[in-house]
Amino acid sequence: MTARIPVVKTPKVYVGGAFIRSESGRTFPVYDSGGQFVANIPQCTRKDLRNAVEAAAKAGPGWSGRTAYNRGQIVYRLAEMLEARADELTGVLRQFSPAWTSAAEREVSETVDRLVHYAGWADKYEQVLGSANSVAAPFFNFTLTEPMGVVGIIASDSFPLLGLVTQIAVAIVSGNTIVALASEAIPYPAITLGEMLATSDLPNGVVNILTGYRKELVPTFSSHTHIRGIDAVAAGDAATALRRGAADSVKRVKIRQPDIDWSAASNESVYEIRNFVEFKTVWHPIGA
Amino acid sequence: MAVTLDPSEKDAGSKEGKKRHGRKQGVPELIFGDLWEYDPAPETADPRIRQRYDLFIGGRFVAPQSGEYFESINPATEQRVTEIALANSADVDSAYVAAQLAFETVWRTMPGRERGKYIYRIARLLQDRAREFAVAESIDGGKPIKESRDFDVPMAAAHFFYHAGWADKLDYVAPGRTVNPIGVVGQVIPWNFPLLMLAWKIAPALAAGNCVVLKPAETTSATAMKFAELLQEAELPDGVVNIVTGAGETGAALTGHPAARKIAFTGSTEVGKIIMRQLAERGTRMSLELGGKAANIVFEDAPIDQAIEGVVNGIFFNQGHVCCGGSRLLVQESIADSFVHKLQQRMDSLRVGDPLDKNTDVGAINSREQLNKICELVESGVSEGAKLYQPSCSLPTRGFFFRPTLFTEVTQSHRIAREEIFGPVLSILTFRTMDEAIEKANNTMYGLSAGVWTDKGSRILRMAAELKAGVVWANTFNKFDPASPFGGYKESGFGREGGRQGLLDYVELS
Repeated sequence: MTARIPVVKTPKVYVGGAFIRSESGRTFPVYDSGGQFVANIPQCTRKDLRNAVEAAAKAGPGWSGRTAYNRGQIVYRLAEMLEARADELTGVLRQFSPAWTSAAEREVSETVDRLVHYAGWADKYEQVLGSANSVAAPFFNFTLTEPMGVVGIIASDSFPLLGLVTQIAVAIVSGNTIVALASEAIPYPAITLGEMLATSDLPNGVVNILTGYRKELVPTFSSHTHIRGIDAVAAGDAATALRRGAADSVKRVKIRQPDIDWSAASNESVYEIRNFVEFKTVWHPIGA
Repeated sequence: MAVTLDPSEKDAGSKEGKKRHGRKQGVPELIFGDLWEYDPAPETADPRIRQRYDLFIGGRFVAPQSGEYFESINPATEQRVTEIALANSADVDSAYVAAQLAFETVWRTMPGRERGKYIYRIARLLQDRAREFAVAESIDGGKPIKESRDFDVPMAAAHFFYHAGWADKLDYVAPGRTVNPIGVVGQVIPWNFPLLMLAWKIAPALAAGNCVVLKPAETTSATAMKFAELLQEAELPDGVVNIVTGAGETGAALTGHPAARKIAFTGSTEVGKIIMRQLAERGTRMSLELGGKAANIVFEDAPIDQAIEGVVNGIFFNQGHVCCGGSRLLVQESIADSFVHKLQQRMDSLRVGDPLDKNTDVGAINSREQLNKICELVESGVSEGAKLYQPSCSLPTRGFFFRPTLFTEVTQSHRIAREEIFGPVLSILTFRTMDEAIEKANNTMYGLSAGVWTDKGSRILRMAAELKAGVVWANTFNKFDPASPFGGYKESGFGREGGRQGLLDYVELS
């Protein structure tokens, strides 16, 4: 009698609420921390990125139109999904990074806590960031925030789960939609994350995650006109290229250093949310 | 149609404009235009502009190392106003050295309460000398005295007064965080509101504890240099504010200087992008307030007379040299004909001419270069098929003037509907439904401001939410206040000026 052969999962990227391969059909192999081949994952192209931006743009009005309470609950629901699959995530982190079990477990629990933190901000940041303004004339004058629109995320190789989830949470609580490029060195946790996003209540297209090579995709991130903000872990020439490309469409760019400590408490802040909102001031006369 | 686009042919006027008064449907109409002679009502206060201005570095006026000066002219007379020093990169460097020294030795360590007192002093001195500054502003820049007197100068003083009060309250700017000054900030401002833009830049920077190197626009440096004199009177510590003058090259040296911890720029989107590229490698912090092509949207239920005034103010204020000016009028189709007619009537009563005359509504275009640009775009409007209207007012024979202009039958693809003209030129489009209005209003790379005119409260709030612009004026237009954050979406830039939000762009959080 032969032993049962396990069914191996084909990793796919999560775009527009569906699991897809690269339109190019290209893949690249990923190996575990011991150097063993694990799977081929999609090597996404610029075309894939443009498609993902389209999906994110389509999802934008619906997502930003939800009530803040609803967005908060959905981000909280995502935390529930991750907590329930904490073992799977820990396993993936251990498989691909040389991290100790305890470190992997900590990254997963911090990831869940980070989502809970930002879920709670959804209906509160406005009262901290916005204002009613006392102007020197009979006008009702107030300033509130709005999401930027489509935000591009370039994730870090360190904390491949916690970093990516923090960047996503910061941007989606205010109603932005996301196109993210997973860590190039350790992309697999992002594949697993996609499967959890799919089972949360996030509407399709709110978060889209690509895997692939930075060199190939980052220039399109910076030049794509419909991406209004970028949150990138980058340094040196890559950071320069991002900023330079962003100039063509006056994109907002947040660059984080590759040695960023994603577990630091400073990553939980309303001012992180502020990086990816626009301020709008409205005037109306007071009178009859 | 006798349309004058060539600035040298000032007197031809528009026959069309005169004829129109005759064919109104039986309703008596007040006819303005040139039928009444107004007596001149010139403002005569002495602007106290010196013959020549040096650079203001380290609290003193110093001759430029370049050894060069350039002329600043009065755009209403084309006559010389003064001579301004041309700063080269060595001058810019000295300014940064002075600013850095002041930051490290005086300004960053001074308690906020004391810093605030200096800023209050500046506000008070500016109020004291408001009339003199207003006249200087109108002479140097061409804007009507009633605007510089009633808007630019008092608003500049208000910005200092408002921000002075923040200096000892910075703990409340970012609850949950500690705020620190950034260091030396480099600032470049445009020529449309010379003194006011200076105030928007310098006041929050100083309140937050930063030191400043600022460059005014080359055509309008006079009030900035007068302001430097005022800083001496206020005894502001040397080097806290440094003002260097010059054109694009000086600006590039300023924005590219390695000592600048932040660059704040107000100007064109084109130059904003150049600065973004210039700073890409260094990653210097920036706030950019760039161009605009605002939609002013009038619904059929709008208070029409107020809307007319708002539209006129929206585009003809400051000769249309306003980045947030309402240069696209979107009027609901059902009222378009009567609204445009009323608008034309109202335009006929605008008085164009001597900026120093208290009756003048529309003054001089800031420079010949800008006048040429306006003419070029207006010509494109005519050649692309839009219909032009200009009142038949006479224009002065010297100086740079342009008639208030509107275009009907404009389509979204016309250059006059897409590009920032920065002149007294209004492009009129129509819409049927609210959704169409939103789509047309947002169909631009810009997103600085927008206007909505309607009597319906819920519609105002929906429009305010849907318009992709940093400032939305509902049943009003072109209102500003130091407490009210101002800035753009999309290619109109990023960062805010005014209010707590603006101040936060001048601090570092820890």
